[in-house]
Amino acid sequence: MNHYKQLEAEAIEIIREAVAGSRKPVMMYSIGKDSSVMLHLARKAFYPAPPPFPLLHIDTTWKFQEMYAHRKKMAEESGMELIVHTNQEGKKAGINPFTHGSSYYTDVMKTQGLRQALDHHGFDVVFGGARRDEEKSRAKERIFSFRSAGHRWDPKLQRPELWNLYNTRMRPGETIRVFPLSNWTELDIWQYLHVEKIPIVPLYFAKERPVVIRNGQLIMVDDNRIPIEPGEKPQMRMIRFRTLGCYPLTAAIDSPATTMEEIIAETFNTVSSERQGRLIDSDQPGSMEKKKQEGYF
Amino acid sequence: MAELHAKNIVEYLEEQRQKETLRFITCGSVDDGKSTLIGRLLYESKCIFDDQLKALETESKRYGTQGEKIDFALLVDGLEAEREQGITIDVAYRFFSTDRRRYIVADTPGHEQYTRNMATGASTAQMAVLLIDSRKGILPQTRRHHRIVTMMGIRHIVLAVNKMDLMGFEQSVFDRIEADYREFAKDANLTTLQAIPLAAVSGDNVLKRSENTPWYKGPTLFDHMDTVTVTEVATRAAFRMPVQWVSRPNLNYRGFCGRIAEGSVKTGDAVRVLPSGKTTTVKSIDFFEDQLPEAEAGASITLTLNDEVDVSRGDLIVTTDHPPEVADQFQVKLLWLSEEPLVPGRSYWLKVHAKEVSATVMEIKHREDINTGSHLAAKVLNLNEIAVVTISTTHPVAFEPYTVNRTLGGFVFIDKLSCATVGAGMIEFALRRSTNIHWQSLEVGKAQRALLKNQTPRCIWLTGLSGSGKSTVANQLEKRLHAEGRHTYMLDGDNVRHGLNRDLGFTDADRVENLRRVAEVAKLMVEAGLIVIVSFISPFRAERRAARDLFAPEEFVEIHVSTPIAECEKRDVKGLYAKARKGELKNFTGIDSPYEVPENPEMVIDTSTKSPEECALEVWRLIEGK
Repeated sequence: MNHYKQLEAEAIEIIREAVAGSRKPVMMYSIGKDSSVMLHLARKAFYPAPPPFPLLHIDTTWKFQEMYAHRKKMAEESGMELIVHTNQEGKKAGINPFTHGSSYYTDVMKTQGLRQALDHHGFDVVFGGARRDEEKSRAKERIFSFRSAGHRWDPKLQRPELWNLYNTRMRPGETIRVFPLSNWTELDIWQYLHVEKIPIVPLYFAKERPVVIRNGQLIMVDDNRIPIEPGEKPQMRMIRFRTLGCYPLTAAIDSPATTMEEIIAETFNTVSSERQGRLIDSDQPGSMEKKKQEGYF
Repeated sequence: MAELHAKNIVEYLEEQRQKETLRFITCGSVDDGKSTLIGRLLYESKCIFDDQLKALETESKRYGTQGEKIDFALLVDGLEAEREQGITIDVAYRFFSTDRRRYIVADTPGHEQYTRNMATGASTAQMAVLLIDSRKGILPQTRRHHRIVTMMGIRHIVLAVNKMDLMGFEQSVFDRIEADYREFAKDANLTTLQAIPLAAVSGDNVLKRSENTPWYKGPTLFDHMDTVTVTEVATRAAFRMPVQWVSRPNLNYRGFCGRIAEGSVKTGDAVRVLPSGKTTTVKSIDFFEDQLPEAEAGASITLTLNDEVDVSRGDLIVTTDHPPEVADQFQVKLLWLSEEPLVPGRSYWLKVHAKEVSATVMEIKHREDINTGSHLAAKVLNLNEIAVVTISTTHPVAFEPYTVNRTLGGFVFIDKLSCATVGAGMIEFALRRSTNIHWQSLEVGKAQRALLKNQTPRCIWLTGLSGSGKSTVANQLEKRLHAEGRHTYMLDGDNVRHGLNRDLGFTDADRVENLRRVAEVAKLMVEAGLIVIVSFISPFRAERRAARDLFAPEEFVEIHVSTPIAECEKRDVKGLYAKARKGELKNFTGIDSPYEVPENPEMVIDTSTKSPEECALEVWRLIEGK
């Protein structure tokens, strides 16, 4: 059995196992390429029935316009229920990545928002699209990642996870995050998107877009909420995104790749890692581990 | 690897598709340079990106142990605590590829207290790279790691004799270590064993053949990993698929979803469903929008069958030619993963493939010294200890021995209260006695007996501290029931400990066994149609829970006699509290042994606020529904 069939079969096994052991499962849908692959695998796992769970999007209100358009399209096409949650307190307080800093903003709008949504709906099993090749602390995380009441991850107290046996038992208030794409790499994702012809947000393909340069990173001017500093002037550049998050916190790369084939070629030849474009990973030492402990994905 | 252009992409994708994946584990003791080797593998296979390398340089200066040079170990130690302490605590998974293969490597900790994390990494690996510091040779830790990886079923080992640079790349050093290891591992039934002299820190014999070891004629580490054959030649390859999920989107479709654990299946094949034993044929093999003519081991598929047979999650669908065994008693090897020791007789969830059942350890046959392999006697099993034990399950399980199939023979124990994964086991064989003792199919059952007695059989379980008034209330209750013509029996410490359980003392392990026997006796009496009143301190939740599990949902009535300890001690009818306070009586509940308060009893009564008669009346009302 070749590599792709193996990754696909493993992910489907994981998704079925998680649903079988769950009272109320939900799948995180971040609109990005990994989410798109995960959703596709979920459809395969239960076909001809639709996946027996809703999709959940934590909306910080700072996503790219094209992501919102894609979200709408996918919700219609999959026929699944889409729950959109925004931290209303954070929104009312006007929390934004520019004045409050990426760390505080991420905590309020993403981590707190996520915890609110999970508590409100009482979901016990939550699918996430994280991969182990993305970041060092993720490389240490189990496929079924157990969270104590309050959604905390304790890296020193992870459940032993042997063979393909996943322990889905939990006590009231405890939850499990499940990562079916744990063993996929960035290249695997692109190749799978290509082979399976899965639609993704057009921002992944290169196009002339308005950007400003901050700390050496290309930030796209997606709407007029971005404060333009004195001396700064948005310029048009041929750019694309390797990863998508909140637009002020997601840097683009210069690229001529306008087709899936060109993206795969570029990914293969690339010399820097995908999460380099994620500004929140480096805002404090060991920052991903700390965010995860608080309940971030 | 050459530059890739978009126009070659079809070719490239085809190449990628043909690659196999090899999963391996690295192990070795604390300073053998394990993380350094993995860092080196990632670096040499060009799987470290520029920004990661830059971050690594910064961190090397801060935490590194290599002076001004890059410390590759920092690439893999992902947790803050690991970087601070310079050790690996938990298993990390890394990915890299060569032109021939893709690799998933589990970097596992070497310390004895993290044995469970090492077993986690080894459970899915096909090969192990066992590191040895050439200055130190084979250490007790090497033996321990060897034992864990072979116990977990790994049959391919690379003996990486590292830090050869510090021994002047001396051939005699390498030869002696290899010979020592071969002697030690001769009974391990390894399929391949390759020793390689290495210096991970400088890359000698990792990717490129080292000029420092002209005497070494074998492959480099990468050469070996790229070419070693690890796929076991399946001698039998008989079809087996655990059912994970039953798909019923509409009345016309009933699909059985699972991942094939062994063999392959074709449309029209005759199959058997276990444990029920019903046979039918395969109607279709569905995968998303396609119907497949055939599917092989490792594939996740959905089967539809030609007859309406009963199939549930946890069943196995297998070939009719070579069906696996079904049993409810086994001899297994068990690795204990929890701080809370294993106690024989306590009930745990057992998960094997997609099946979950209740199971208890009947007997610890012997514990194995992890460093020497010698057999030791044991009454309990502590964290990281390994033992051969016998277990029994509440329901029959279809299985294969672990050495035949890891998926169908590996299982975990899950604690029923904490829900933690507490043990990892490997089935060796089914005990013959369970297959030979068939339950008599009885014409007269519990319902018939109950009907004759004109009552609902029950187990009334009174739990509480010594002196709380359990026996007094139980006596009152039995008198009342008897007066109404009910058929009853009372089990208490006095009538059981003097006979059936007189071989048991008061240690935790003995208390567990004591209650297990009481619960089983109560169950037989309820089967006989009686109302059984059990009056035992029964201090542990796990045992009360295990007792409850023996009965039908409405049958078991837990009464917590919650009289406060001060009141119990004041009464001290038998003078036991006084003795315990003086230290003359060990393991006394409430004094130096814990009482775990019931979380959801059917009723709580307190004899310090109400008389025993009133309390008994309340219980009577509850069970008679008045």
